Amino acid sequence: MNGAVDFQLTDDQRALRAGMRELLERRFPRTRLRAVVDGDAERGAELDRALWRELGAAGLFALRVPESAGGVGLGLPEAVLAFEEAGRALLPGPLVATELAAGLSGALAAGAVQGETVVTALDEEGAQVPVEHLASADAVLALGSTAVELIPAAEVVRAAQPIRSVDPATPLHRTAPPRTRQDQAGPGRSGIAARLRREAALLTAAQQLGSASRTVELAVDHAKRRTQFGRPIGAFQAVQHLCAQMLVRAESSRSVVYAAAVTEGPGDIAAAKLLADEAAVHNARDCLQVHGGMGFTWEADVHLHLKRAWVRAGQWQCAAAAEEELAAGLVSTVETCL
Amino acid sequence: MDLAFTEDEEDFRHRLRAWLADALPMLPDRPHPADWPGRRAYDCGWQRMLHDAGYAGLHWPKDAGGQGATPTQHLIFLEETERAGAPYVGAGFVGLLHAGPTIAAEGTPEQRARWLPPILRGDEVWCQGFSEPDAGSDLASLRTRAVRDGDTYVVSGSKIWTSHAEIADWCELLVRTAPVNADTPKHRGITWLAMPMDAPGVTVRPLRTLAGTAEFAEMFLDEVRVPVTHRVGEENDGWRVTMVTLSFERGTAFVGEVVACRRVLEALARTAKANGRWDDAVLRRRLGRLAAECAALWRLTQWNVSEAQRTGGVPGVGGSVFKLRFSQVRQELYEAAAEVLGPDALDAGQEWVADRLSSLSYTIAAGTSQIQRNIVAERILGLPKGR
Ligand SMILES: Cc1cc2nc3c(=O)[nH]c(=O)nc-3n(C[C@H](O)[C@H](O)[C@H](O)COP(=O)(O)OP(=O)(O)OC[C@H]3O[C@@H](n4cnc5c(N)ncnc54)[C@H](O)[C@@H]3O)c2cc1C
Repeated sequence: MNGAVDFQLTDDQRALRAGMRELLERRFPRTRLRAVVDGDAERGAELDRALWRELGAAGLFALRVPESAGGVGLGLPEAVLAFEEAGRALLPGPLVATELAAGLSGALAAGAVQGETVVTALDEEGAQVPVEHLASADAVLALGSTAVELIPAAEVVRAAQPIRSVDPATPLHRTAPPRTRQDQAGPGRSGIAARLRREAALLTAAQQLGSASRTVELAVDHAKRRTQFGRPIGAFQAVQHLCAQMLVRAESSRSVVYAAAVTEGPGDIAAAKLLADEAAVHNARDCLQVHGGMGFTWEADVHLHLKRAWVRAGQWQCAAAAEEELAAGLVSTVETCL
Repeated sequence: MDLAFTEDEEDFRHRLRAWLADALPMLPDRPHPADWPGRRAYDCGWQRMLHDAGYAGLHWPKDAGGQGATPTQHLIFLEETERAGAPYVGAGFVGLLHAGPTIAAEGTPEQRARWLPPILRGDEVWCQGFSEPDAGSDLASLRTRAVRDGDTYVVSGSKIWTSHAEIADWCELLVRTAPVNADTPKHRGITWLAMPMDAPGVTVRPLRTLAGTAEFAEMFLDEVRVPVTHRVGEENDGWRVTMVTLSFERGTAFVGEVVACRRVLEALARTAKANGRWDDAVLRRRLGRLAAECAALWRLTQWNVSEAQRTGGVPGVGGSVFKLRFSQVRQELYEAAAEVLGPDALDAGQEWVADRLSSLSYTIAAGTSQIQRNIVAERILGLPKGR
């Protein structure tokens, strides 16, 4: 008989992931990343519109848009695989918000599918999270407790304060306290804000996973090449064990990120965000340690992974919210993540 | 990626569930942990029930007397039996998960006919005589010797940490059949034998664990005679046979316990609600985090099992990744439990206190966490051989 629970990727999914990796290696190689972070402070992090369009043309924002609406008509698992690659390459930009906007209707969302429009996000629930890439954006996807609204970015910029972002490739703005908005959700649409938040958390987790896996590779490569005491440092057990724990973190979060993409369950998504955040942040730290003094330099990419991981960990479902969601699942009879 | 089950698999699950609902009430009361004959009878009785219902050796190949089930069906079986609170494999562990699969893969037709059916019926219990006082993590440096005398091996030495030795009929025994020297490195001179536990010269001395009970034992082997026909695999090729054994151990051995972790966590949450500890946000969030860990362990298991299914049933290296995380989470779970239960955590009469104590063995037994990390670093990540 055919066994079903087949958690492995299909051939199409593998091809999609390989295609995305190839595109990013070509269009956003390490030199490009370095140009972004080494550029002058004012303009350096400005979004590359040509690249954005190319991402759009490659279908990154259209993956989940139905074919009838000009999209690719795939699902969350495929989007997760593509976003994992984006995280691996440290691709900057409000990728998640633009992807979500591509699935919405309205004039401001119009060019999001093709990558003509850059959309960033403002989550008005919970803690005040800075808005990324606001100055480069055309529109802001504002999520209230139930309201979902697209606002011209210019309107938000006026009342916002730029801050010196810890991540050199992710400019951040602090915005004014949220204004109370008319609930835009019409009949039958009340669940949309919650759904968008969950999808945003999952796609963010996917990027964290990509970063966490990439830092395992960086650490292992370095441990094989760097010699001390007459042998590669990777032959020292203290270094080996750091690397092994990095893999355990990355693979544990991979299993739950992929599962959440399939089940779309709130508990699975909370677990995915929690563990992927942790994997990205801790793997970057351990990777830095494996690199020794080199790890503390601007020149090594490790700090970029760590800083981006910090930014993403604060976005959408942060640790406290995810843990509360999961705790609630333990005492409700409705949900079980097993 | 597809986490849905086929109709056949759903069907299998429902039949199993129905059978469990009928079968479990027929079980006698659980024996006291110190009552070894009682435990043996209980565990073997359960195995007999499984056998008669057609669930024995579910994942074993059909030609070995098993059911030839897919890894996914096996997963469903382990999940459902644990959910229903069925007995754990217990005394059958080594026979069903270890020695049996090894004999099925490496044994002669006579050996398979002699040893496999009694394991499946729950008639014979096996134990594992690998570790020695001076050879634990460095298993290949074992010193128990077997000297050929005609058609028997004469075995002398000692083994330690042998679980269930007191009630076992057979022991999967690793012995040294060639001395270590320049031509024969230590891995090469090892042989895998099936030793009858009632043979003259075998002495078992129970060891008391930190839980106060005797779960494992020391074994002294004084010129024990084992027929050459009891050798599985070639002489001096026992290390390879052992690697086959260990891959089974790390494959699906802990599936039931992942389900159990989630159950314990839910019970803890209920207890915390009842005793007011739930209002402590730090503790509540800690339990929430453990729920994420349980979810990851379960998904990791599904991942490993579906990989095994694709590659033809051989458990992959994912087993070491899983074991590292699992053993850690299990200990963290019981640390959180102590915080939920407060003063009750010091009452050794409570069942979960025993579980807390036993959780301490998980990072040691079946290969310590340090050894697992060595395996991950060298075999999965390809880092240079270390010291
Ligand atoms: C509950 C329980 C049941 C068991 N049941 C059985 C059984 O039925 N049959 C059987 O044969 N065995 C059994 N064992 C034995 C078990 O496999 C060994 O205890 C285990 O492999 C460790 O060996 P050891 O105890 O000799 O510790 P050691 O090898 O002496 O290790 C001591 C410490 O040193 C560390 N260490 C050792 N070598 C290295 C290294 N190269 N790098 C880094 N750190 C290292 C270890 O991680 C550990 O922390 C059981 C053990 C337990 C706890």
